[in-house]
Amino acid sequence: MRYVVCIKQVPETTDVKINPETNTLMRDGVAAIINPFDMYAIEEGLRLKAKTGGTVTVLSMGPPQADAALREAISMGADDGILLSDRAFAGSDTWATSYTLAMAIRKIGAFDIILCGKQASDGDTAQVGPGIAIHLDLPQITYVRKIESIDEKTIVAERLMENGYEVIQAPLPCVLTVVKEINEPRLPSLKGKLAAKKAVITTWKAADLQCDPKCIGLEGSPTKVVKIFTPPARQGGEMLKGEPSEVVPQLIAKLKDAILGAAN
Amino acid sequence: MSDPIKINEKCVFCGACVKACPFGAITQAERKTVPVIDLMKCTLCGACVAACKFDAIWMKEKSAAKIDLSSFKDVWVFAEQHDGVIQSITFELLGEGRKLADSLGMKLCAVLLGSNVQKQTAELIARGADKVYLVDRPALEHFQDESYANVLIDLVKRHKPNVFLCGASTIGRSLVSRVAVRVNAGLTADCTALAIDPKTLNLLQTRPAFGGNIMATIETPNARPQMATVRHKVMKEAEVNPARKGEVSMETIAEVLLQSKARRLKFVPEVETTMNIAEANIIVSGGRGLQTPENFALLRELADVIGAGVGASRAAVDSNWIPYSHQVGQTGKTVCPKIYIAVGISGQIQHLAGMQSSDIIVAINKDADAPIFKVATYGIVGDLFEILPLLTQQFRKVLGK
Repeated sequence: MRYVVCIKQVPETTDVKINPETNTLMRDGVAAIINPFDMYAIEEGLRLKAKTGGTVTVLSMGPPQADAALREAISMGADDGILLSDRAFAGSDTWATSYTLAMAIRKIGAFDIILCGKQASDGDTAQVGPGIAIHLDLPQITYVRKIESIDEKTIVAERLMENGYEVIQAPLPCVLTVVKEINEPRLPSLKGKLAAKKAVITTWKAADLQCDPKCIGLEGSPTKVVKIFTPPARQGGEMLKGEPSEVVPQLIAKLKDAILGAAN
Repeated sequence: MSDPIKINEKCVFCGACVKACPFGAITQAERKTVPVIDLMKCTLCGACVAACKFDAIWMKEKSAAKIDLSSFKDVWVFAEQHDGVIQSITFELLGEGRKLADSLGMKLCAVLLGSNVQKQTAELIARGADKVYLVDRPALEHFQDESYANVLIDLVKRHKPNVFLCGASTIGRSLVSRVAVRVNAGLTADCTALAIDPKTLNLLQTRPAFGGNIMATIETPNARPQMATVRHKVMKEAEVNPARKGEVSMETIAEVLLQSKARRLKFVPEVETTMNIAEANIIVSGGRGLQTPENFALLRELADVIGAGVGASRAAVDSNWIPYSHQVGQTGKTVCPKIYIAVGISGQIQHLAGMQSSDIIVAINKDADAPIFKVATYGIVGDLFEILPLLTQQFRKVLGK
């Protein structure tokens, strides 16, 4: 079985600060990490490989620095890494990104399962996983919280819904996007770290993928960002002071109307 | 391929572009040098172009539309139903869609897929739909990614909507991501504001990114339909007017499009969930301060009295005190209720990212320095084990329960 895990390098958003003078994100010194949801996808790929045998390939589109994300995945146990890096990819929205990843997966050739995190922590769109699936004309199971069974032809997985879960059966090959509940990602082993250091990361450019130039980067992206701004920071409000017997009635007086209003 | 953005000889090295870049993609090695744009970090958002007073940054314009944009008419809303029940997000979309349709001078249409759902078309018309596209087939009884996407792709190609809105729910996000790719549409996720640009008549779609730390306004200038998923509880529900009249269009669909490789075997409702927190008007949320899983009962009691859903911080979920579906925050759900009551939650930035757009935030925590108080509308420093039962008891009295 061949597993392909799509990962994205993102800024460690806990560190993102807003410069009060310029109102922009201060990225200096912000560490780049693997998108937290993709960590679960990597882990699940490794667990599936342990069960069925095969290989786990990690795939990422991004700047040359994303090499570090691929090496981290290899240190966890992935077999190889492919980086899609080309100036021609700059300005990609989710349409162009899913197209580019799909073209790379086509080039990889034989694969059984494509795993993605449910969304990236910087863009939060959750659109690239299903986008890859339709570009490749594959079935998808999104928001997977558990894989119940897998064999060479079929996978049965639980998809987390707002009010419960669905059990879905799909033929392979298939695209999965996973949620946090699915597993606990492992730490890299010493052996893995050595392997990651030595690993040769394959880099593919647009020309290697036989991409249609109209479908990648800015040109292949139907959406356009017209404005970026910082939402007005929320101000701390009123502190209610006193013994519980004093503050509780105060709070109730303040919330009562809103609660009655919300009920309607 | 030449670079899509360049700084030219008009540059006076002022560094305004470096400061303006929200993505840290522009650096200036030292003063008196031309800044360098890192194209891998650059998203071509144009913030630097706008900030440059010297017209020194050139950015490639996308090729003009290859399709006839004027042939795309009407505002569509995907009517999400579970077991025949139209979900409240649909009514929110109809409320917002009505405004957009009116400012475009177009019709508002709902698209309803399901089995035995003819009756529900009346509900959609009463909520503002001028027309309902109905595909009523046994194969569509439950949502399935492929068949639902196939049907929508077919309908979009057939009727060419200008705007297509869908809830940013599990179903919505999985579904329209497929549709948008196949019909070459732009798709913006999780919008919190929509408007029509009065000049271009493009749909302006505003959404949070980076866990709500920045907002972006996005448009789709050269493709149609303009597709967006919209967050729960941000738009106001359309009011019911049973006297409204509308048209129902029964759509025929080729059998082959109803096939799906993936199959839903069963659905297992979550026992503990009484309410989907993404749709809740009020949420009572608990964190590490509750100390034990049993203490969530205190929270549930309050939730019952005031008609709230129960949420939790990551710490509580990771300790297995409550299922993951209740987790609010960056790795859980993003919610935006009218009232969010955080009990024993310190307010890590990842948690705030999931709830800070709530209308009213109440924080109860024993640590006066907890970051949650920085976003709270009302804060109480104190022992939750004293305050919570008292709050429940008095609310019961006040609300007459």
